Amino acid sequence: MTDSKYFTTTKKGEIFELKTELNSDKKEKKREAVKKVIASMTVGKDVSALFPDVVNCMQTDNLELKKLVYLYLMNYAKSQPDLAIMAVNTFVKDCEDPNPLIRALAVRTMGCIRVEKITEYLCEPLRKCMKDQDPYVRKTAAVCVAKLHDMNPTLVEEQGFVELLNDLLSDAIPMVVANAVAALSEINEQRSLIEVNSQMVNKLLTALNECTEWGQVFILDALAGYAPRDEREAQNICERISPRLAHANAAVVLSTVKVLMKLIEQLPNDSDFITQLTRKLAPPMVTLLSAEPEIQYVALRNINLIVQKRPDILKQEMKVFFVKYNDPIYVKMEKLDIMIRLAQQSNIAQVLSELKEYATEVDVDFVRKSVRAIGRCAIKVEQSSERCVQTLLELIQTKVNYVVQEAVVVIKDIFRKYPNRYESIISTLCENLDTLDEPEARASMIWIIGEYAERIDNADELLESFLDGFHDENTQVQLQLLTAVVKLFLKRPQDTQQLVQKVLSLATQDSDNPDLRDRGYIYWRLLSADPAAAKQVVLAEKPLISEETDLLEPSLLDQLVCHIGTLASVYHKPPNSFIDTARQPLRQINNSASNHTAAAAADILGSASVSSAPQPAVIPAQDNLIADLLSLDIAAPTPGVSAGMSAAPMPTTGGDFDDLLGGIGGGMGGGADLSGLGGIGGGIGGGLAGFEDGNQAAAGNAGIGLSDWFGGSSAQTQGVQLPRQVWLDAAANMGLQLEGTVVRRNGMITLDMTITNKAMQAMSGFAVQFNKNSFGLLPAEPLQVNAPLFPGQTINVSLPCNTDGPVQRMDPLTNLQS
Amino acid sequence: MASSAIFILDLKGKVIIARNYRGDVDMGVIDKFMPLLVEKEEEGMVTPILIHHEATFVFIKHSNLYFVSTCRTNVNVSLVLSFLYKSVEVFTDYFKEVEEESVRDNFVVVYELLDEMMDFGFPQVMDSNILQLYITQEYHKLEKAPRPPMAVTNAVSWRSEGIKYRKNEVFLDVIESVNMLASANGTVLQSEIVGVVKMRVYLTGMPELRLGLNDKVLFEGSGRGKSKSVELEDVKFHQCVRLSRFESDRTIAFIPPDGSFELMSYRLNTVVKPLIWIETSVERHSHSRVEYMIKAKSQFKRRSTANNVEVIIPVPSDADSPKFKTSIGSVRYTPEQSAFVWTIKSFPGGKEYLLSAHFSLPSVVREESEGRPPIKVKFEIPYFTTSGIQVRYLKITEKSGYQSLPWVRYITQNGEYQMRMK
Repeated sequence: MTDSKYFTTTKKGEIFELKTELNSDKKEKKREAVKKVIASMTVGKDVSALFPDVVNCMQTDNLELKKLVYLYLMNYAKSQPDLAIMAVNTFVKDCEDPNPLIRALAVRTMGCIRVEKITEYLCEPLRKCMKDQDPYVRKTAAVCVAKLHDMNPTLVEEQGFVELLNDLLSDAIPMVVANAVAALSEINEQRSLIEVNSQMVNKLLTALNECTEWGQVFILDALAGYAPRDEREAQNICERISPRLAHANAAVVLSTVKVLMKLIEQLPNDSDFITQLTRKLAPPMVTLLSAEPEIQYVALRNINLIVQKRPDILKQEMKVFFVKYNDPIYVKMEKLDIMIRLAQQSNIAQVLSELKEYATEVDVDFVRKSVRAIGRCAIKVEQSSERCVQTLLELIQTKVNYVVQEAVVVIKDIFRKYPNRYESIISTLCENLDTLDEPEARASMIWIIGEYAERIDNADELLESFLDGFHDENTQVQLQLLTAVVKLFLKRPQDTQQLVQKVLSLATQDSDNPDLRDRGYIYWRLLSADPAAAKQVVLAEKPLISEETDLLEPSLLDQLVCHIGTLASVYHKPPNSFIDTARQPLRQINNSASNHTAAAAADILGSASVSSAPQPAVIPAQDNLIADLLSLDIAAPTPGVSAGMSAAPMPTTGGDFDDLLGGIGGGMGGGADLSGLGGIGGGIGGGLAGFEDGNQAAAGNAGIGLSDWFGGSSAQTQGVQLPRQVWLDAAANMGLQLEGTVVRRNGMITLDMTITNKAMQAMSGFAVQFNKNSFGLLPAEPLQVNAPLFPGQTINVSLPCNTDGPVQRMDPLTNLQS
Repeated sequence: MASSAIFILDLKGKVIIARNYRGDVDMGVIDKFMPLLVEKEEEGMVTPILIHHEATFVFIKHSNLYFVSTCRTNVNVSLVLSFLYKSVEVFTDYFKEVEEESVRDNFVVVYELLDEMMDFGFPQVMDSNILQLYITQEYHKLEKAPRPPMAVTNAVSWRSEGIKYRKNEVFLDVIESVNMLASANGTVLQSEIVGVVKMRVYLTGMPELRLGLNDKVLFEGSGRGKSKSVELEDVKFHQCVRLSRFESDRTIAFIPPDGSFELMSYRLNTVVKPLIWIETSVERHSHSRVEYMIKAKSQFKRRSTANNVEVIIPVPSDADSPKFKTSIGSVRYTPEQSAFVWTIKSFPGGKEYLLSAHFSLPSVVREESEGRPPIKVKFEIPYFTTSGIQVRYLKITEKSGYQSLPWVRYITQNGEYQMRMK
């Protein structure tokens, strides 16, 4: 007899019938009825009307029935908070039951009922259970503290549960320790309450050898957040956890790799110990590639990070990343990425022959990526470029439409990397002009024609053939076409005047795309005003493209390495982008806003310390923002005391940074011709810091689009004024909000800024510092903010700037920090 | 940090079982899963993780079910995926086939297990041996309510006390799978051996076992460098093995779970001569016929014999009217996988066999191109390990001091054994 029969009742009056059965005297009937209720609940029927009747069944000595009733309660208590109170008595009683299984069940379930009134009753039983003599109950109670904290953090703190949890870290039973550390990490994530210290680390390392595989993951993940005091401690931790690399569970292996990768950073770089350790890392990662495909995928995404961070570890392992016929497509794609990263002169022949093989498979996306990979190999390993180009030509001969298009796109990049080397193949490319129907391929081909117009006899005819359907083309193609024709004109002015006029009028008069129109006007004006200058600008030598594409920004990479195995490491996005902002505890921490600020500040510093200095990462919770900062400073090795000290290294998280970049980026490819002229992108690194008692408050970087670069020719003294943008947001910068814009006033570039103090304390001693930037922009005079800025106050300042500062070319120009 | 909820769905995305662990996602979010999956499949961009703005889905597919975990924070995905796979294992131990019907049939137990295996998103007890001691469908047969077994929270969480056998026996199987990938021109691109040591343990009490292998590191350390030894590249152990002990002196010491389990796995990257090598020559006359000449060579010792050898050779999907000629074994055409299979029951070492095949092709050529699947070979060679690994001893000590018998078997078989075709 199976349980599926419970799903079959569909007749009317069912609820009523169930009600009768639930109140039956016969135990057997009661149990059957509860099963039916659960079955209905499972398929999504609303059986909440039966709440009182089901709760009545709760007092039973039948464990199965009890579990089912508990399950029902967890599902419906939230919708019936008043009735849920009815269950409290039984819960409290069950927490005293002689059977530890029931005690644990009661405390576990009670924690899952997210009803505020119940949480009050939970405290006493929970406290008892945390000291229960049975470890099964204790390990359950440990998790329950995290549940309670999720609903009501204040209660957990006030009732001293954190201390009790801390005590459980010394428990004799490893599983209790593991659950306690999991709960603590969870609580710390929202609000740092307990600092992981070296004593605690020792306890965890001891428990690590004996707890379940899952417990090992909790412990390792907690260790990943710990910064050892010195090299010796780091080395000791490495030695004690490295045996975990031999664990059969992939999660244990990846968490071990994470901790090791992080600790290696703190050891002297060329020691024997590191060599040994890195040698140990490769085999377990290779073995992960024989795991289930989903796990392979996670492993591959993480290997991608590891290869970027420490290319040495896997450089000998190219072969294991060769694609197998029956790999799922997502595994194939990731393997390809890693193959390219590992490609070097010694293995390039093998890689190329594999890529060529892949390029003839059937999956279109995979084939495209393979073709693209061949191009990337050519750019990365110079010695192989000849062979790559040859391979690409062979692929073009196959005439498979998407292969040809992809090949054209990568050949354009190869031309940019090795100018004047492979132009002989242009004629072959031109033969395939008609088959190109994708914008990127068309745009690339047009770029090639424009760039090498002097070598292609019929360049004018080829380009003209595109003009007929000008307005049906994709913007990308239109822009390239415009640029290519202008290039052609500058190279062969005699016979292409008509053509250039046609394209300029198409772009400026008949198009409603502002980008296209603007670029058209710029060319037009340039050509009519000063053809020599136009030549200099349009035909300027282009910077070489870099060898490695899509490398992660180093600080993000470091951050991700500390989160190996997590979503962030799979998506290569900063961990905080996965933090759930919508989540709210049942009751707020406190009503005072200062508490929130403190928590926010702790968050920032916590994340900053990951990527910057190896100083204690955890800040004891205090109500006051400034107190927090003070305690940090005292703990820091070199406390800054004097007021008005110059700005120190400033934490900038990747996310904020992106948001602040207000610059306008010039397009790549042909678009690159224009940057510095039409792109008008400018960036200013401004670090603005407020000081109070030697504490540096917040600082960040702002990118500002200079809109007015070009306005000079039309004789305006007062340029267009851009609306103010938020450069620094108060929430992310400890209450200092900075908005601003760039204007041109009396021939000087001026920063107009609005500074708002949204913190609880007054700010004073403002100063500004510019990072080296592409335009040599520097403040012409010191920032004048005399009076202290009180909470809630706003002040407007203007800062004239000049451009005599040191110039550091940023790539792209709008970038602030390389 | 952890899963918000676990769902078991049927192929259409309908919920069969749902268990909410953290109450931070609306359980209705699961309705978004299937449309999202279908959308990604159409784009050809499916990954085992799907991001939706309300929740992240991490999922695996098992028979006709999806096991989905929803998450809202930066979870440890490898942990979540391991948990999902492990839970399928546990369900399999409970009711053999895990599929839609059996899950429905056992929904009460599934709920109980989900409750025990995970708490607030943290995986807990997942040893089915132990779980079966206190979670069962047979409650009415029990005289009193079960209690949590000691083993749950013990350091030895995989074995309960008080196990008794009349005859104490241990069976050890060393199984090596050979993975090989060869290119169309006959070069071996990749070859590795993945070995596992499986055990079936029928021992009384709490026995302490020590397994000795001809591990190169150990042998060289103890000055026995001359005897034949094997360098194990990467070894993975069942959680019962004391990893720190292995790390310090290479001893494999453990208290085994009861019954069958996988003690360890290892991987060797040594390039070995392919055990069975296939040479093909294909003559393709478009629009009319295609002819194959296949030569199969066994390249292992004459003393050994490969059993149940199957050579699977792909053919165009529009081929028909097969004709085969061979001196040994049998050949059958399997149009459903667009291939023919040459089966040789017994294939001694150092031999060579031939097969010729002939297919007709339609005169009209199909539009879309086909993939080029590789040739695959399946085989089993008993009493033989490619790596040369050997069990030197298996010492069993138990405080009652009983006699016990260890049995060891060796077998080599194919893993991913593929040769690309021209």
